[in-house]
Amino acid sequence: MALQVELVSPERVVLETEADMVRARTIGGGDIAFLSGHAPFLGALDTATITIRPAGGGNDIVAAVHGGFISVNEDVVRVLSDLAELAADIDTERARRAEERAQDAVRRGDDTEAEAALRRAHARLTAVGGI
Amino acid sequence: MAGGQERILRRRIKSVESTKKITRAMELIAATRVVKAQDRSAAARPYAEMITSVILDLVKVGAAKEHPLLQRHEQARSEAIVCISSDRGLCGAYNSTIIRLTEREIDARRAEGRDFTLFVVGKKAQSYFRFRGFPMDHVFLDVTDQPTYDQAKQISDALRPRYEAGEFENAQLIYWRFLSAGAQQAVVRRFLPLEVEEDDPTARELSADLEYEPSPTGILNELLPRYVEARIYSALLDASASEHAARQRAMKSATDNAEELKITLTRVMNRARQDSITTEIMEIVGGAEALAQGKGSKEDLLVDHLMPPHAFPENLDRTDHTSAHH
Repeated sequence: MALQVELVSPERVVLETEADMVRARTIGGGDIAFLSGHAPFLGALDTATITIRPAGGGNDIVAAVHGGFISVNEDVVRVLSDLAELAADIDTERARRAEERAQDAVRRGDDTEAEAALRRAHARLTAVGGI
Repeated sequence: MAGGQERILRRRIKSVESTKKITRAMELIAATRVVKAQDRSAAARPYAEMITSVILDLVKVGAAKEHPLLQRHEQARSEAIVCISSDRGLCGAYNSTIIRLTEREIDARRAEGRDFTLFVVGKKAQSYFRFRGFPMDHVFLDVTDQPTYDQAKQISDALRPRYEAGEFENAQLIYWRFLSAGAQQAVVRRFLPLEVEEDDPTARELSADLEYEPSPTGILNELLPRYVEARIYSALLDASASEHAARQRAMKSATDNAEELKITLTRVMNRARQDSITTEIMEIVGGAEALAQGKGSKEDLLVDHLMPPHAFPENLDRTDHTSAHH
């Protein structure tokens, strides 16, 4: 049986699909993958990517999430994130520029905000396969 | 004289007509915006519902309830008031209602000798409160036309840390709740502290073996700020839909009034024109009467110059009389 996946941002439902596997990264917990029949799970997401392997083959769907939650219950996977972007929707050039800007800021010894921006840029670039 | 009045009326009708065109266009724009705002509201609902249910679940399994967002800060002297108005007018009583409600809340605080902190959304409330010298801690503009989650986050970021620090006893939202395209309701809602209803017997049983990463409390601490943002976001969306609905209504009645005014003015104008024509006819008839009466005696008549007898020789009785002069 396939997993029912919902990727939801505050403004809209980004993705609703069936999947064989979902992989995400939780805060402090590292990567975790869910297959059908996984025990109920609730986790806070890191700024990273989520990989969704569609049911019945096909290429993996990759999305960048910036914080948020993942809940798994009875083969329903819900991902709630402030900012969830599918790889197809990400502007690679812009993400690259943002990465450079953030790197500069971090080098100058700027605060945690710059580091967060860098992590976001990394997540985006990872999602589009730019790293 | 009469012709002048007609011209003035014609000009007024023209101006009413162009006003009507503008209000009609605004009405149509507002109507599409209402639909759009409703769509956004519907698109935002899954997130809000999910986050609410997750929070409830977490509290039920015994996540720590000491989070400052769940506490009422009794010792605080101030209360936060978030007032959501619009940036533009032409929407009937939309803004005045919100402002009146806000002022009532403020007056109530003042009567109790309590302090308040005003967070204002929209230009209309801003200019009102600035003119009257109310202190405004934060003003957010360009929001209600098409609110984004980012803007809700900004409002939350301005308010939440201060609440968590124990500065406010509670926080209110004052906005228009959107019930349907025909019905909206101006409401005052307390949204902080968050209230979690417990011990709902009908709630679905949560498996005790739920895995958490990190701990339930850790997740709850991450979730609560987002819940506040989602609450503000949904209030903004409601306010936006209500604003457009109010504008649509206001513009519809403006269009109807313009139509009515146009009909009235056209009637007045037609009467004025009819009057002037009647006057002219009366004058001509009167003149002709005078001519007919004076025909036998008066000699130097205009008609005789226009129609000299030698040109109308067949007009014998007239020829007899006037030929002596020529």
